[in-house]
Amino acid sequence: MSKIEIRSPLPGTFYRASAPDVPPFKADGDSVASGDAIGLIEVMKTFQEVPAGVDGKNITFLVDNEEPVMAGQVIAEVEA
Amino acid sequence: MTIRSILVANRGEIAVRIIRAAKALGIRTVQVHSAADADMLAVRLADAAVDIGSPAPRKSYLNIEAVVNAAKAAGVDAVHPGYGFLSENADFADAIEAAGMVFIGPKGEAIRLLGDKVAARAVAEKAGVPTVPGSDGRLATIEEARAVAERTGFPIMIKAAAGGGGRGIRVAADLADLERHFPQASAEALAAFGDGGLYLEKVITRARHVEVQILGDGENVVHCFERECSLQRRRQKVWEEAPSFLLPAEVRARLCESAVALARAVGYRGAGTVEYLYDETTREFYFIEVNTRIQVEHPVTEMVTGIDLVAEMIRIAGGAPLSVRQEDIRLDGHAIECRINAEDPERGFMPAPGTVSGLTVPEGEGIRFDTMLYEGYTIPPFYDSLIGKLIVHGETRATCLERLKEALQGLAIEGVATTVPLHLALAGDGNVARGAFDTRFLEQWLETEFAGKAGPTAEVA
Repeated sequence: MSKIEIRSPLPGTFYRASAPDVPPFKADGDSVASGDAIGLIEVMKTFQEVPAGVDGKNITFLVDNEEPVMAGQVIAEVEA
Repeated sequence: MTIRSILVANRGEIAVRIIRAAKALGIRTVQVHSAADADMLAVRLADAAVDIGSPAPRKSYLNIEAVVNAAKAAGVDAVHPGYGFLSENADFADAIEAAGMVFIGPKGEAIRLLGDKVAARAVAEKAGVPTVPGSDGRLATIEEARAVAERTGFPIMIKAAAGGGGRGIRVAADLADLERHFPQASAEALAAFGDGGLYLEKVITRARHVEVQILGDGENVVHCFERECSLQRRRQKVWEEAPSFLLPAEVRARLCESAVALARAVGYRGAGTVEYLYDETTREFYFIEVNTRIQVEHPVTEMVTGIDLVAEMIRIAGGAPLSVRQEDIRLDGHAIECRINAEDPERGFMPAPGTVSGLTVPEGEGIRFDTMLYEGYTIPPFYDSLIGKLIVHGETRATCLERLKEALQGLAIEGVATTVPLHLALAGDGNVARGAFDTRFLEQWLETEFAGKAGPTAEVA
């Protein structure tokens, strides 16, 4: 079993859900498809979706909701 | 009381601006900052700095308790809120005053009154200031909204009573649109502002955004003439001028007098801006809102009147009367401000935080650059993209525009994309030169003119 890293394309603040009152894009343990959004990055008051970029299962988030991230930082891991 | 020390409750270029004004007055400065802003220029310039929390604005710059505690611990006499963040938060102003310090701005009650857009509209009407045709106060039901719309016609704006600054606005093109948007807008306003109150205003289709700078000391009010801020993208100003050069003298006089009348009606204290829409064809202007703080674009007013607005705010807050009489305030020449944002205009204005590897700032007569940049500074991704304001003054608007082009060519911010190429294109545009624009001009121009000019290999200036 190999782990694949999902990295943030931009620096900013990471959000697990599209709004505070809706469920997160992905729950821990979910499977993801390459085109799925796994979160949002807020950068300078604008929001950009973070696509999974890979197909995988059992996603584990390494960054909490509303936490600052750097460009290239690993946000989550999935199993291939 | 004489203010001897100030806490700056803001960040970026305006924090730098406040510190410079305070230093010129011999006032000690304390700068608050988030964990992401420990390296910012204002922290370096201030006499002392206090870390008030993590990068997210609501955990630092929007955290009333953290800012008030920092001010108390620093033992300052006064707090300057800048613009944005807590600058128009009446509870913050009250908390500062309750802690025995001076809030550099109006009293909390004035902020509260003028910050409620419906109440402000009522104040304006009472003071004889023309308002945009629309609802008489808040609307309780869709039936009331329908009745107003039938009277004023479409398109019509659904606005949040607690909104402002371009937020909380929806446009309804017809009755069906209104019925669909009204409940959504109310729910949205409740979520965003904690107040679901709505009101309606007719859309003035072809209008300029003009605004009047006012100063009050609680007894007397003066105006420092008007600014023209029609060049906007997504309701955010991009380029501002003073004066609004095509405004007939008779209209200018009425406009400025109306702003003074409004401010006088509430015993205004501090610097403020009364915003209007101006319909060139009918020569009518309509009140939109009052901003009870210093504005981003205040330098253009300073350039044409010679008044230091930030210093005046501090003096007034310290209890001094206005240092100028209305008859002493005269317009001298023309000024233009370009907002330089860390955004890539050639890639849909994608935000561009990052490290500034090189910085060349133009100098010369009539040129001013308000910024928080320095070589090696890393612009954090957590805040607004405004990184500087290039302000140019000339004897006439034509000489101002020429000087602006040269200044923009001489401004080099390396390492990050900026909106300098956008401003260069605007400065060279024929419509801009003629002043032939309204609030809808820029977005259209970006799609037609600018999209054609911006090549894929365009260098970032």
